[in-house]
Amino acid sequence: MVKSLYSKEVFEHFKHPRNLGKIKNPDAVGEAGNLLCGDVMRIYLKIKNNRIVDVKGEVLGCLVAIANTSMLTTMVKGKTLKEALKIRKEDLIKKLGGPEKVPPFKLHCSILALDALHEAIYNYLKQRKLPIPKELKERHLAIQKTLKIIEQRHKEFIEFEKNLFDESTQKIH
Amino acid sequence: MKKVYMDYAATTPVDPRVFKEMRKFFTQKFGNTMSLHRYGREAKEAVEEAREHVAKLMGAKANEIIFTSGATEANNFALKGIALANKHKGKHIIISSIEHHSVIDPAKYLARNGFELSFLPVDKYGIVKVDLLEKLIRKDTILISVMHANNEIGTIEPIEEIGKICEERDIYFHCDAAQSFGKIEVNVDKVKVDLLTVSAHKLYGPKGVGAIYIREGTEIEPLLHGGGHEFGLRSSTLNVPGIVGFGKAVEIAAKEMKSEALRLRKLRDRLIKGVLEIPGSHLNGHPIKRLPNNANFWFAGVEGESLVMELDRYGIAASTGSACSSSSLEPSHVLLAIGLGPHQAHGSLRLTLGRWSSLNDVNYVLEVLPKAVGRLRKISPYKKW
Repeated sequence: MVKSLYSKEVFEHFKHPRNLGKIKNPDAVGEAGNLLCGDVMRIYLKIKNNRIVDVKGEVLGCLVAIANTSMLTTMVKGKTLKEALKIRKEDLIKKLGGPEKVPPFKLHCSILALDALHEAIYNYLKQRKLPIPKELKERHLAIQKTLKIIEQRHKEFIEFEKNLFDESTQKIH
Repeated sequence: MKKVYMDYAATTPVDPRVFKEMRKFFTQKFGNTMSLHRYGREAKEAVEEAREHVAKLMGAKANEIIFTSGATEANNFALKGIALANKHKGKHIIISSIEHHSVIDPAKYLARNGFELSFLPVDKYGIVKVDLLEKLIRKDTILISVMHANNEIGTIEPIEEIGKICEERDIYFHCDAAQSFGKIEVNVDKVKVDLLTVSAHKLYGPKGVGAIYIREGTEIEPLLHGGGHEFGLRSSTLNVPGIVGFGKAVEIAAKEMKSEALRLRKLRDRLIKGVLEIPGSHLNGHPIKRLPNNANFWFAGVEGESLVMELDRYGIAASTGSACSSSSLEPSHVLLAIGLGPHQAHGSLRLTLGRWSSLNDVNYVLEVLPKAVGRLRKISPYKKW
C-alpha cells in the first residue's frame, strides 16, 4: 500500500464512517460551516437525562472533515452533555492519529466538528430553557455569523446550478 | 484491483520507446556536450537531433530552442528574462487570469520589483477576452503572456488573435504550451509568438526537461549564468538523457498526434456525456474549444478532495481544484476566474485521458463515479440531488 498523506485512523473513518446520517426525531440538531473552505457539518442528538444516547452526523467536506465528524460521534455517544462539552479539538486530533499525522491546514476540520456538536447542545439547552454556559453562548454567536454567510452562498449556488444545468447538458458536438 | 490513470494532465508515464532511447545515455553515451572528445561529440549530436525534433513540431528553427529543466523554468525565464532585457522600453506586463502558477508567480515577483502587472480576464468558458486586451495595452507594455490551453479546464485560447495584436503593437508575446504541445497543433509563425514554453513529461517524455522557443532577435536576459551552454542563454551541463527522451517523445507525438487526438476526443466525449447523466453535475470549460483529453466537472453537494480519495479507493487517479486539497485553503484560481463560486470549485473534478486510456477505462469510471458521488452525497447535509 502506498503511504498516505493522512493517518490510518483518518482513512479508516473516511472509508467506514460511523454514525453518519440523520436521526428521525432528534432532540437537538447543530450545524456549523467553515467560511474559507466551504465545508459544512451537522450533528443530530438524542438525549435522555442529560446523556447523549444516540448521535448522527452529516458532512459536506474533505476526507479529514468526514473522519472528524465520524470520530466525534463515537466519542460523544453515552456521554453527559457536560462531558461532551469538555471534548477539545486536541482530543479529537489525538484520536485521529495525533498532531503529527493531521496536517496543520486540516485543524479547522476538527474545530468545525466540535462547533456542530456545540450548536446541537446549545439548541437543546435553549429549547428546554436550561442554563447555557457563557462560553457556549459566545461560540454560538460566532458560529451563527459564519453559517449565515455560508447558507447565502449555498442558496446562490443552487440558483446558479439551475441556470447552468441546461447549458452544460447541451450536446458536446 | 483495477487501476485507471486519468490524470495525464498532471504527468504522463514515459513511453517505453522513449525510455529505450534514453537508457544508453545514462551508462554508455554519458559525455558532456561541451567536451571535445568523441564522448562529448556523440552527446552533442544526440542533443542537436532532439533539438531538431522539438523545433520541427512547432515550425521553429533549431537554434531557437533552448532546453530547460521544465516548463516552470521556461516560464520564469520568459517573464523575468524579457522584463530585465526590456525594462528600458517599458515596465508593463499583461498575463491572463488563468495562467499556471509558474507564470502568475514570476509576474507577481516582477510586480513587487518595479514592474506593473495587468490581468486579462476570461469568460465563463475560460476564453480570454481579446477585445479587452486592446484596452489593457499601454505604451509601455513590453510583454503579454497567454497560455495555449489551460491545464485545469482544457480551454484552448485564441492565441493567433493575440499574436496578431502583439505583432502590430510590437509587444513580445509569450505562450505557455506545456499542456498542448504534442496534443494539438501549434506553429510559432502562424501564432506569431515570440516565446513558447513546452514540457517533456506532459507528452510521455521524462520529468525534469522542458524547452523554450525564443524567436531569433528577441532581447532576453538569461536566468542562469555560467558555462555558456545553450547559446549562452541557459548555462548548466545539459541533461542529455532527458533531452534525448524529450526529442524521441516529440518525434512520436509528431507522427501520432492527429490520430491520437481523434481517438481521445471520442473517449473524452463519451466520458463527458456519461458523467453529465449524474444529477447535479456540470462541465467546466468550453464544450468544444478544449484539449482532446480534458474533462473537468463540478458536482453539487460533494467536496472534491473526498471525491478524489473515494475514486482512489477504486484505483482511479483524478484531481480536483477544491480548496480542501490545497494547504492555503484557496480554491483554484482558474475555476474562480470562470465565475464559479467557492462552493462550486469545492466540488470540482478533473479527469484527463492519455495514450493508454481505453474505452474500458472510461466505462469503469462511468460505473464507479456515480457511486462515489452518491456515497458522499448520502452523508452530506445537503441532499437536493
